[in-house]
Amino acid sequence: MAIPVVMFISFIVFYIIQLPPGDYVSSYSAQMTAAGEVMTQADMDQMRANLGLDRPVYEQYAIWIKKIVFYGDFGYSFNYNKPVMDVVKQYMGLTLVVSLVTMAFQYIVAIPIGIYTAVKQYSAGDYFFSGISFLGMATPNFLLAIILMYLSYTWFGDPLLGLFSSEYVNAPWSMAKMMDLLKHLVIPVIVIGLASTADLIRVMRGQMLDELNKPNVITARSKGLSETKILFKYPTRAALNPIVSTFGWSLSSIFTGSTITAIVLNLPIQGPVMYKALLGQDMYLAGSWLLFMSLLTVLGTLISDILLAWLDPKIRTEFRGN
Amino acid sequence: MRTLPVFRRSKTEALKPEAAKDINYSSQWRLMYIKFKRHKLARISLYVLGFLYFVALFAQFIAPYGLQSYDSKYVNAPPMTVRFIDGEGKFHLQPFVYELKSARDPETMRKIFVADTEKKYSLQFFVKGEEYKFLGLIPTTRHLFGVEEPGRLFMLGTDAMGRDMFSRIVLGSQISLSIPLVGVGISFVLGLIIGGISGYFGGWLDSIIQRIIEIIRSFPTLPLWMALSAAIPPRIPIVTMYLYIVIIFAFIGWTDLARVVRGKFISLKNEDYVIAAKIAGVGNTKIIVKHLLPGFISYLVVATTLAIPNMILGETAMSFLGLGIRSPATSWGVLLQEAQKIENVALYPWKLIPLGFVILTVLAYNFLGDGLRDAADPYKK
Repeated sequence: MAIPVVMFISFIVFYIIQLPPGDYVSSYSAQMTAAGEVMTQADMDQMRANLGLDRPVYEQYAIWIKKIVFYGDFGYSFNYNKPVMDVVKQYMGLTLVVSLVTMAFQYIVAIPIGIYTAVKQYSAGDYFFSGISFLGMATPNFLLAIILMYLSYTWFGDPLLGLFSSEYVNAPWSMAKMMDLLKHLVIPVIVIGLASTADLIRVMRGQMLDELNKPNVITARSKGLSETKILFKYPTRAALNPIVSTFGWSLSSIFTGSTITAIVLNLPIQGPVMYKALLGQDMYLAGSWLLFMSLLTVLGTLISDILLAWLDPKIRTEFRGN
Repeated sequence: MRTLPVFRRSKTEALKPEAAKDINYSSQWRLMYIKFKRHKLARISLYVLGFLYFVALFAQFIAPYGLQSYDSKYVNAPPMTVRFIDGEGKFHLQPFVYELKSARDPETMRKIFVADTEKKYSLQFFVKGEEYKFLGLIPTTRHLFGVEEPGRLFMLGTDAMGRDMFSRIVLGSQISLSIPLVGVGISFVLGLIIGGISGYFGGWLDSIIQRIIEIIRSFPTLPLWMALSAAIPPRIPIVTMYLYIVIIFAFIGWTDLARVVRGKFISLKNEDYVIAAKIAGVGNTKIIVKHLLPGFISYLVVATTLAIPNMILGETAMSFLGLGIRSPATSWGVLLQEAQKIENVALYPWKLIPLGFVILTVLAYNFLGDGLRDAADPYKK
């Protein structure tokens, strides 16, 4: 099931990228004209023929897919002037670092707060966190990025743009560079993670509230189990289910959610690359990225299913066929 | 056939007074209304939204200046303070503003504005200003409030071209507030029809529709928006651009609603009363409209309301990146474009004011949706 979906998605992606008027050659020639060089129509046609852009869309698509399947070749990025795979590799590492740290941040922050706000419902702390999470859902995260950058600029004298300070960008990995990266990660992680953290807190809180009054909890309490043990043994375990079932989606949503933030914060990760590729009609690069992300979503769902089966005995028995 | 006397109008009328008082006789909608009224935040949100939409409706009248009017003398001017007490400590019943005059910051040598206490302009109602069409129909030059020429009123400062922020926020709200409504409206209809077909008829039609929905949903939304918006040709009329953007949002948004509708249809279509209607020979359309829709329309309204905030945020984000609404049309996202540069935010913090309106609207919709959800759930106390 997953494979045809991915195939279909990849074709639509390819088609959508072709939609804007003009193609890479025309945007390239516009750049050249701006730089003072003029391309003749013949030059442009020659370039199109070289890049295979003169063929119909479906033919280009077929060639692209054929190369991916048989040679693992994702095509050529016109903008970067190197194979798409090289561009992807260049940005993949940091993209993964940012995404995974954000994901860890989300769960580490959201689950305890969710449990706390449910157990202490209507307390001051509950109102505080609920207020924050509502605000977090309502603020467009790219603007939060600007506000945080401004604050860090006024407080520390450094807007913490990008992921490294200028002296470390090309330096080899070292302890100091690592610390520098961690320092720069704070804002992106908060910004990218806040909305989904807020969402997770709401879900966790709602689930916990449902679970806390179930008969099994009351039975456990009447048997004299300690409150902490009750809390973690029954309601928390059950409340984690819906969180786990969205686990797979969250990675791809971080990937896409980070796009605008990364543009604003000037992070050297996939967001800005993707944005430029889409605008410049660098279609193999954009297509590969979109394909990647849809793959991630499909894969994420699979991971969620496996995790859920592992966590929840009810679902496990269903899988085995009663 | 003659109606039985007991069902005559006069009889049912006679029964009414008691029924209206007793909650047990209330209709579903009345029950929802009673429950909704108890949700304080939702009620406040409803008023806030009502106010915002009211302002948007009469935007041209309320905004002191038009979308295009600018004054190069007042570039990046800070918000003016509306005063009641003048420099000599005298109280004026009619509020007034001082004229801004440009000066240099003695330390940074940057251009700043200071209030010129010599010249003051009092705030007036129904002043003459630019000509516009009231509600798009009646040409007039009166604006709700403002100051006499040559005075200027910048309640929320100006932007980099010397345009009044307050006017632009008010005028921009027309687009920012209507896009989500229209977008959600379209996805509502699409979701209802497609989800309905999928759920009611089932079979191969259902599987095909479900596969399509799955495919659309596994697209990464934001890049898809970006790609589709990039496909909108530049320099097209505002109305066309508006339509394109609404369609893009609706195209992605309908799948959620279609799923809700399908689920409800499937759970309701095997209810006894539906089967009874079928056996009695009632047509499909009538079953759907009379027996199925009333059963879950309230859930749909809730789901729709909760879908609006995402559209607002989406529109703001796209316009912010220059991929959504483009000038000369203005939305809150367009206004925030100037806040893209951190220097701008640091020097002219009032450029973040549109953000406040975005947050307010999104919060209000979230609370409203929350309140509606609680109200629509018959099992919740």
